[in-house]
Amino acid sequence: MSEARKGVYRPDLGAGLFVLLLGLLGLWQAYVIPVSPLYAQVGPTAIPYVVAGGLLLIGAGLTAVALRGGWSAAMEDVVEAPPSNWRALAFLAAGLLANLALIDWLGFVIAATVQFTLVCAAFGSRRLLRDIVTGLAVTLGAYLFFSRVLSVNIGAGILEGLI
Amino acid sequence: MDSLTGLALGFSHALTLANLGWALLGCFLGTAIGVLPGLGPALTIALLLPITFSVSATGAFILFCGIFYGAMYGGSTTSILLNTPGESGSIITALEGAKMAKSGRAGPALATAAIGSFVAGTVGTLGISFLGPIVVELALKLGPAEYFSLMVLCFVTVSAVLGSSALRGLASLFFGLLLGLVGVDNQTGQPRLTFGVPELLDGVNVVLVAVALFAVGETLYLAWRWTNAEAVIRPVGRLMLSKEDWKRSIGPWLRGAGLGFPFGVLPAGGTEMPTMLSYYTEKKLVDPKHAHEFGTTGAIEGVAGPEAANNAAAAGVLVPMLTLGLPTSATAAIMLSAFQSYGIQPGPLLFQTQADLVWTLIASLFIANVMLVVLNLPLVGLWVRILKIPTPQLYAGILVFATIGTYGISNSVIDLVLLYGIGIVAMFMRRFDFPTAPVVIGMILGPMAEQALRQALTISQGDWSTFVTRPVSLCILLLAVAALAGPRIFGAWAARRGLKAQSGGID
Repeated sequence: MSEARKGVYRPDLGAGLFVLLLGLLGLWQAYVIPVSPLYAQVGPTAIPYVVAGGLLLIGAGLTAVALRGGWSAAMEDVVEAPPSNWRALAFLAAGLLANLALIDWLGFVIAATVQFTLVCAAFGSRRLLRDIVTGLAVTLGAYLFFSRVLSVNIGAGILEGLI
Repeated sequence: MDSLTGLALGFSHALTLANLGWALLGCFLGTAIGVLPGLGPALTIALLLPITFSVSATGAFILFCGIFYGAMYGGSTTSILLNTPGESGSIITALEGAKMAKSGRAGPALATAAIGSFVAGTVGTLGISFLGPIVVELALKLGPAEYFSLMVLCFVTVSAVLGSSALRGLASLFFGLLLGLVGVDNQTGQPRLTFGVPELLDGVNVVLVAVALFAVGETLYLAWRWTNAEAVIRPVGRLMLSKEDWKRSIGPWLRGAGLGFPFGVLPAGGTEMPTMLSYYTEKKLVDPKHAHEFGTTGAIEGVAGPEAANNAAAAGVLVPMLTLGLPTSATAAIMLSAFQSYGIQPGPLLFQTQADLVWTLIASLFIANVMLVVLNLPLVGLWVRILKIPTPQLYAGILVFATIGTYGISNSVIDLVLLYGIGIVAMFMRRFDFPTAPVVIGMILGPMAEQALRQALTISQGDWSTFVTRPVSLCILLLAVAALAGPRIFGAWAARRGLKAQSGGID
């Protein structure tokens, strides 16, 4: 808490309200748990209510702190942080979304290679071809390791069917 | 079984070719991920959890422990050469280590860190071997009520005592507890917090949450604040300790190990506090003729002590994990879920029902320590090359593994959506200084605490006073209250005496 800051600090207020919202979600979900016909000293709803109540209290506490100036405005990490890099975030988000859209359709290797290339671009890499080749090698390696060594089922895609 | 018989048994199992191979693989992998910024042991073990379906418990745990110890060794390399702590326990090492590297003494800094890690790891593992059975004896006398109280104490210490704010630590913990509640209640079979989504009936997967917090959230945050600044990797130079360096290191190694181990054992977990204490101790005790090196050219004592404390604390964390089934770090929590995946109930009975496994594990820790000091000193050149992987490709690769680890759980896109969703939450947690480890601990320990609570109340026939009328349980709960309220009361007292610093404190 910085002594210098007075008044509402909006970013922290958002964080506090988010925790409050989580508490409300918990409360709602605890409320809709069907009451068990089985005998139990502590039913299935007790702990969910406690956890939701805890989140509400903590959220209220954080909100109160945020209203009195917040906690993060004076933090070294925040003060010295470089400005938000929306270009990098956008490329990264595009990579994650591309993966979501493609993975069931084209399989893990292709979807993750697209994601790899976009993530490289997000962090400023400009060598598209090299990134695609590296990405293909990394995803194929990961696929072989998980499916052959760890025996995890990664599903079948176009490239996976060939090996 | 007493410790020496146990160790003899353990070594007889651990020295087979297969188990030595698992230890070597774990050490190698652990050092590599420790060196790489952005990857930690909790994430790596989480991604490797599927191995529990195809490999024996002994092999898997030797691998995991190798990774756990190896990451501690590797973390110091990054701190010293790059001035970027690879994991939280290495933050203090970076202080003096990076300064030594800057003034051309990277070699001795790396050597004292590796040998100090070896000394402390060995001291810590000896501690596990001899303290473990004693804790088990005590723990066997505890009933569900005491267990529940112990878990409450654990919750309080990992969330409210460590870290910069009790409120934010508790928020993380309760977020974890909430995630742990999702799924079918194991006592009554009722679905809870599933929002009517059938995929959530099995609960939220621990791997998914760990990957979201430690890989996706971290990458998102990095992108958010991305600038194309090139990091400077300092040259290693000669990896030798002079006679003088040895003389200056031995004391800090032993003091660091002595400081670190008890901190790890206490259900407080965390390596930040013992490393910091060790640093200030060495700064106080240093020979006046070297005192000026602290904070200027880098003092070897300031690397040797904290690095030893870091490793001894990491070893200490295994004591509550193996003897009580209480995880006090994110990595320990993930390992606990590996036990559960084998159908092994961690807790005091582990030393009896799984004596082979436990002692083989402890023996492997000794072996891993020897392997690590050998891997780290002559092979330092290899680790430096790993450091040179450019950031774009490194984080793109991390996300590939995050995706496959999560998609492999059930081949469901819903899991990936959840992964990215929790990843976004984790990015904001980083921005607003909420710790992430309590989320994982709450998620794993929460359901266990609920079970203990229900058992205790079934035994007491619904009488809630059982937690305060049983003396041991009451003592533990009082400790928890003291841990929660103590710093606040002290803060208020200090403020009244006008000692309170301008910033910091508990909000």
